Amino acid sequence: MKTIFNSILSSLVLAVSGAAMAAGELNLYNWGNYTSPELIEKFEKETGIKVTITDYDSNETALAKVRAGGHGFDLAVPSHSHLPIWVSEGLIANPRVDQMPNFKNVAEEWRNPDWDPGRQYSAPWQWGSVGVMVDTSVYNGDINTFGIILDPPEELIGKINVAPEMNDVISSALLYLGGEACSGDKELLKKARDKLVEAKPKWKSMDYGVIEKFAGRDLAASLYWNGAAFRARLKNPDVRYGYPKEGYSLWADAVVLLKDAKNVEEAKTFMNFIMAPENAGLMSAFARYANSIVGSEKYMPEDMATAPEVVVPQEFIGAGKFYPTCSPEVQKIYTAIWTELQK
Amino acid sequence: MVTNSRPFSIKRMPGFSLLALACFFALYMPLAPLVFYSFNAGNNIALWEGLSLRWYVAAWENDLVQSAAIRSVVVAVIASVVATSLATMAALGTTRTRPYRGQTSIYAMVNQPLMVPEIVTAVALLILFALIKESTGYHGYAYLVSAHTAFCIPFAYLPIRARLEGMDRVLEAAAADLYATPWRTFTKVTLPLLLPGILAGAMLAFVISLDDVVITEFVKSAGQDTLPTYMLGQLRRTITPEINAISTVLLGVSVVMVAIIFFLSRKKT
Amino acid sequence: MSTEHISNNESFESLEVQAYQREVRRNLLLSTPALIVLFCAASGPLLIMLVFSFLTAGDYGGVKWQFSTEAWFQVAFYRDIFDETVSIANAHVSIFWRSIKLSFLTTLVAFVLGFPTAYFIATRPPETRSLWLFLVTIPFWTNLLIRTFAILEIIRNQGLVNTVLITLGVIDQPLDMLYTDIAILLGMTYVYIPLMILPIYASMERLDFRLVEAAYDLYATRWQVLARVILPLVKPGVVAGSILVFIPSLGAYVTPRILGGGKHLMIGNLIELQFGQGRNWPLGAALSLTLLVIVMGALMVYVRSAQKEGSGHGH
Repeated sequence: MKTIFNSILSSLVLAVSGAAMAAGELNLYNWGNYTSPELIEKFEKETGIKVTITDYDSNETALAKVRAGGHGFDLAVPSHSHLPIWVSEGLIANPRVDQMPNFKNVAEEWRNPDWDPGRQYSAPWQWGSVGVMVDTSVYNGDINTFGIILDPPEELIGKINVAPEMNDVISSALLYLGGEACSGDKELLKKARDKLVEAKPKWKSMDYGVIEKFAGRDLAASLYWNGAAFRARLKNPDVRYGYPKEGYSLWADAVVLLKDAKNVEEAKTFMNFIMAPENAGLMSAFARYANSIVGSEKYMPEDMATAPEVVVPQEFIGAGKFYPTCSPEVQKIYTAIWTELQK
Repeated sequence: MVTNSRPFSIKRMPGFSLLALACFFALYMPLAPLVFYSFNAGNNIALWEGLSLRWYVAAWENDLVQSAAIRSVVVAVIASVVATSLATMAALGTTRTRPYRGQTSIYAMVNQPLMVPEIVTAVALLILFALIKESTGYHGYAYLVSAHTAFCIPFAYLPIRARLEGMDRVLEAAAADLYATPWRTFTKVTLPLLLPGILAGAMLAFVISLDDVVITEFVKSAGQDTLPTYMLGQLRRTITPEINAISTVLLGVSVVMVAIIFFLSRKKT
Repeated sequence: MSTEHISNNESFESLEVQAYQREVRRNLLLSTPALIVLFCAASGPLLIMLVFSFLTAGDYGGVKWQFSTEAWFQVAFYRDIFDETVSIANAHVSIFWRSIKLSFLTTLVAFVLGFPTAYFIATRPPETRSLWLFLVTIPFWTNLLIRTFAILEIIRNQGLVNTVLITLGVIDQPLDMLYTDIAILLGMTYVYIPLMILPIYASMERLDFRLVEAAYDLYATRWQVLARVILPLVKPGVVAGSILVFIPSLGAYVTPRILGGGKHLMIGNLIELQFGQGRNWPLGAALSLTLLVIVMGALMVYVRSAQKEGSGHGH
């Protein structure tokens, strides 16, 4: 009797998973809270391909998981600084994005980035900056500095969050101390480590999911990304985004095809899909980050056209730079600093 | 002689009733806002904006929630059925018998998942399955089901064993006296008597599997989210009243299951 | 039924032995399937974890199959990345200490609240007793995530606790309770308290109150009755409850993660970190085994204390 029962159940499991397989499916591995449900719905409607999204929190987690193998994903969305690592580790395939039909919509300045020459490996997702979010009802001094996080003013102590994203945090500390991101200067790195460790007791948390915390006024400041700051401001009008004048990093996330992807054709369809203006607009409307596709503005919500989080104010444009991935030796030091900080 | 205002009760301990009632209050108080805000019309979990069922509808229509829920239930059913069967056999093999060598070791091994912190098992399984995945490329549901079955076994085992210990062999001996074969004795006498224990074990195993977060979180592959791991992901990012809605439903399920168990155990006495 | 002719004593004994051996074989056979599953998916992997703790960490996670004791070294010691000085791994020590401290406090608070509750239920008239038990069992069967989330909800700055305190005028600024050790303590106590109540209740249910009555007849005060009569008699339940609370809270992962905000790591979080951003699988394995050893140690201490004073009769 048990065996009959079991076989009924096994067939049920198969039926559930099998039904999806029949229509063509796609496994997307992306940052949490970053994929527009409407975008996916539109994709599924237009192509009949069923999309399953699995979330990750950081480049590190994604890299670790994909590297470990046996993950079952087809697409992932690493940041530009990590992309070369993925290429050199042989984790991604080359789908020749530059030859896809919708590639013509990619803005000129995004067609040949340093981290993906010729734009063969990756289809642009969204891009943004790493800066500082502050609830100005708690502190309304100068917010355009990483000092908010590293040398916090009185009012903010104990209410600060720092995104647990290694590269962003350490690079920001280096910039604050007058250096460059990925600097190999041991002295500077040591100062950065000491500064971070010294500042940590003044922080409240190192976590994601800050939008609600700002809305609920559990946090008053955070090192975080501009799109999230925008979404937080929509819930709590006192939130402002600061562009650190010492220098801040820009980042660009892009969709890549994984080497052991099972659904290659479906993956390529998706990569092409997001380079169409109306779809890119949909994508940005959700997470509130800019994208690299010409003509997508008219598909994005109006407030994004003027929001300071998206349109960088004139005086801060020069301070933002795309920093490449660090050399392996520097990466090792970064990791060591990070583990020390995490504890 | 001392006259008290009320008769001396040997069972009364000063302050205990107060603490106990405070404890009950504390147990249920946090659940109230949880359930309450699931009916929130707005999408902030702290700002009440009116009564609405929209979050229940949203959760119901959410593909991810649906597939995660189905997955949870299917895995739980398979795991609890298999675990209960194995546990029944193991219970029969270790209870009401003459002591033999290795009996305590078996008992220890059966209960090992209870004694080892979940994170340790989760990590060990992650490592083992990563090795297997690398060499075979298989990343289906077998990992999840086998992991769940394993940790459900002790939960099914204990109630069955308890029930078995309470059964003396008189009835079985009587059956044997009436020329029943061991197999018939088992199916017609032992098993029916054992049934409440088996049912309790199965239900316990089912709930334990349904609720598991840590082991599933570490062991799952792409797209294999169960309801708890989906909720964990949501809790760490956007918290909308959808989570409240799902939680309230799960809470309702717990209440129903406990009610069933209480009803079952009443019938037996 | 066997109607074999018994010729002499020896033959009778050998029949006995054979029957016993058959029984043992049957028992082992019955237990084997469960044992196989458990070995493959519970005990066996622990051995593999032991092996992994002696390997080298891969650059981006995973392992390199080279023997190394670096992971075990890193459990207790810290080599400064810049000046190579070796010191005690303060971070690890403080995390272990925090975990032990919080688990101990959780067990204590659970006991202080749980013992009276179990007593209360046990002293209700039989008809209402099952209702109270029912009320205690429901949280026990509710998902730990839901219960942790419920605590998150009420201790945030705009949550129930702060709102009530502010309305009552006790405080004027919300208390920052979220993302602190207190939050984790509250969360863990809330999650594990049914595991303290139920075993104590099970012991109390069997308490023969005539002994209590006898003690009162001998002019014992309530306090003496509690300490010298009731407590010793329910000791097995108290020990079981303490184990059931202490061990899971020591290895807690979900609750500190959600309520601790990534800053107040407990051992479980530290271990998980090694498999994510820490990129150090061997260290993760070594830390897990260390946790296991601590837990086994705590278990033995508890069991031994339950057997002391002759109050434990064993199973």
